[in-house]
Amino acid sequence: MMSKQMTGAKMVVQALIDQGVDTVFGYPGGAVLPIYDEIFQQNHIQHILVRHEQGAVHAAEGYARSTGKPGVALVTSGPGATNAVTGLTDALMDSIPIIVLTGQVPTFMIGSDAFQEADTVGITRPCTKHNWLVKETDTLSGVMHEAFHVATSGRPGPVLIDIPKDVQFASGTYTEKAKRKSHYQPQVKGDLDMITELAKAMEKAKRPVFYTGGGVINSGPAATQLLRELVAATNFPITSTLMGLGCYPASGDNWIGMLGMHGLYEANMAMHDCDLMINIGARFDDRITGRIDAFSPKSKKAHIDIDASSINKVIHVDMPILGDCAHVLEDLLNVWKSRGRKTDKENLAKWWGQINEWRKVDCLAFKQEGKTIKPQHALARLEALTKSHDRYICTEVGQHQMWAAQYLGFEDPNRWMTSGGLGTMGYGFPASIGVQLAHRDSLVINVAGEASWLMNMQEMGTAVQYNLPVKQFILNNERLGMVRQWQELLHGERYSQSWSEALPDFVKLADAFGAKGILCSDPADLDDAIMEMINHDGPVVFDCLVEKHENCFPMIPSGKPHNEMLLGENADTANAIQGAGGALV
Amino acid sequence: MSPLKIKKGSTSHSAYDLRSTFGDEVERHTLAVIVENEPGVLARVIGLFSGRGYNIESLTVAEIDHTGHLSRITIVTSGTPQVITQIKAQLGRIVPVHEVHDLTVEGASVERELALFKVAGKGDHRIEAIRLADIFRANVVDSTLESFIFEITGTPEKIDAFADLMRPLGLQEVARTGVAALSRGAS
Repeated sequence: MMSKQMTGAKMVVQALIDQGVDTVFGYPGGAVLPIYDEIFQQNHIQHILVRHEQGAVHAAEGYARSTGKPGVALVTSGPGATNAVTGLTDALMDSIPIIVLTGQVPTFMIGSDAFQEADTVGITRPCTKHNWLVKETDTLSGVMHEAFHVATSGRPGPVLIDIPKDVQFASGTYTEKAKRKSHYQPQVKGDLDMITELAKAMEKAKRPVFYTGGGVINSGPAATQLLRELVAATNFPITSTLMGLGCYPASGDNWIGMLGMHGLYEANMAMHDCDLMINIGARFDDRITGRIDAFSPKSKKAHIDIDASSINKVIHVDMPILGDCAHVLEDLLNVWKSRGRKTDKENLAKWWGQINEWRKVDCLAFKQEGKTIKPQHALARLEALTKSHDRYICTEVGQHQMWAAQYLGFEDPNRWMTSGGLGTMGYGFPASIGVQLAHRDSLVINVAGEASWLMNMQEMGTAVQYNLPVKQFILNNERLGMVRQWQELLHGERYSQSWSEALPDFVKLADAFGAKGILCSDPADLDDAIMEMINHDGPVVFDCLVEKHENCFPMIPSGKPHNEMLLGENADTANAIQGAGGALV
Repeated sequence: MSPLKIKKGSTSHSAYDLRSTFGDEVERHTLAVIVENEPGVLARVIGLFSGRGYNIESLTVAEIDHTGHLSRITIVTSGTPQVITQIKAQLGRIVPVHEVHDLTVEGASVERELALFKVAGKGDHRIEAIRLADIFRANVVDSTLESFIFEITGTPEKIDAFADLMRPLGLQEVARTGVAALSRGAS
């Protein structure tokens, strides 16, 4: 093993280069100045200067989710580190591999309440997969390489390395990307006997459904490929969580749409009535299950997951399979094929007949009438005008996010970046910057609500500085739409604090940053305005004024099972959420 | 004693099937967690219990292998079978955790706790205290004319019983180490 003497700051840069990092999102400060000095003196790594550390972490997340490679953020001590906490928690909830490097006050000042000191490893311990405080320069490069290994192995997640300033200045021995085996080696192969049991259950199933999630996408392209092969070979219907959109193409024959609280009627009904549920890389989140004791009462359940703690956490399953989606799907396909590729075709045809009946409900139907743009219409037009493009979609959090999931179709994985688990307003804009940096020539759109977007709008500066043509498609209802919807459903239409009375002029705001602003309020102008947005070579803020009181349907009210969905136009929404459901979020 | 792993080559013996995972009975389990002896590892384990709302009845920790940088954390916890399964799985995914053993289900085990009792008194109380200490095989490790410190080793139940007896005899202070436990037989 080669070893070289260098400063800790240089080690950081060298380790990033050795790990194949090409882009770092960051913001300098006193405790990371030596590292910034090293960044200044090299050309291998591009540093993207964000406007707020939260933006750096979300941008790293966007980069990671759209490429499958880990994202990297570099911030200073104290406030730099605390500003990174939301992004770390977001990445932990959605299993996104990112490496956050924080500066720290010198080791001899730790614990003295020094300027810009914070107990960063203490603060971030519950919101990282793992973190390290490096106290000796000699150990720094080893920790850097281990951090990449931990972030990307098993269930991916965020890691943080806290590096005191004296460790950055001091010299030590650099070790190359380690050949040494880390003790952290999650199990990837599933139990073959249990996989065989699942194959047998698939042969006998009358009403099967694949319930897929972000784990398929995290597992990588092979998992997606194998999943598509398995679906085609078995002709089973497939649904997905918000996180898993794109693992199976939206245009595919067996796709029955997203499931969950704002999922499609047919997907939720299929989940409720199925007799075999095959969960691949999803985690029975409360947005999916609704009322637990009424969740899919007639089914045998299989659960493929790389994280043992996800299995039997919420829903008891009959066939737990611990392993990586790609490895398990490969074995499952082989076992099922070698046993004769059997399915109960007769009952499967009846099942599809039932699903097609549910599809006739047409749960996403809406009427675009009059002079006000319906948000659903805006997204339907965005879909029509952009789906042929090499397109990546980010979202903020709220109604617009659910409408985007419902009305936009995803053909491939890694094309859809949304804050699922944590529900972080302000995620989408910086994430779109991360995506655009990784895909310079692609069309990157952030579907936003005006309230979410304002939470990290300072990143306009970043978009303009690096000429990133990110399209900020804001569905502006001058409301916190999802909060307003819940207040209508649960709080007697008392709209406490859920509207903004002092919104900026978004066109002027874009102009002030040196970007292009487009205002659209007339349905007749919408297509031309969207085309103008697409064709502009630079960042665009698209202010789409939409219907202010539109609710997002279908909806499973909290505390209700899947077969008690509220459907759009004719929904009786008064007192839709009652009893214990009112305490849920 | 084998680490918590899904057993290969068995259908009905995965770790999840050791017991009905969704029973309602609250059970007491003793877990032995072998961890990398690095800064913050105890905070990770304790943070897991407080963050997810699990119980800790007792917790002991000490280095057991200096060259291998390994420590052993013995945790006595309680919960429904589902919660116990979750605790073990959550412990298992902490990066510096090497092994998680549930001594309560992995065959017979031995549990011991050490405690120090300060008992002050005169006359009959003093005589009775030392007589009972003898019955419990407690050692006197400090003595003045008005007090004793007894050292006692045993199961937590034995130490509880001794405490109950000492209380009316002038018990002033107790220090307990928490449980240390090992599975019986060759590993």
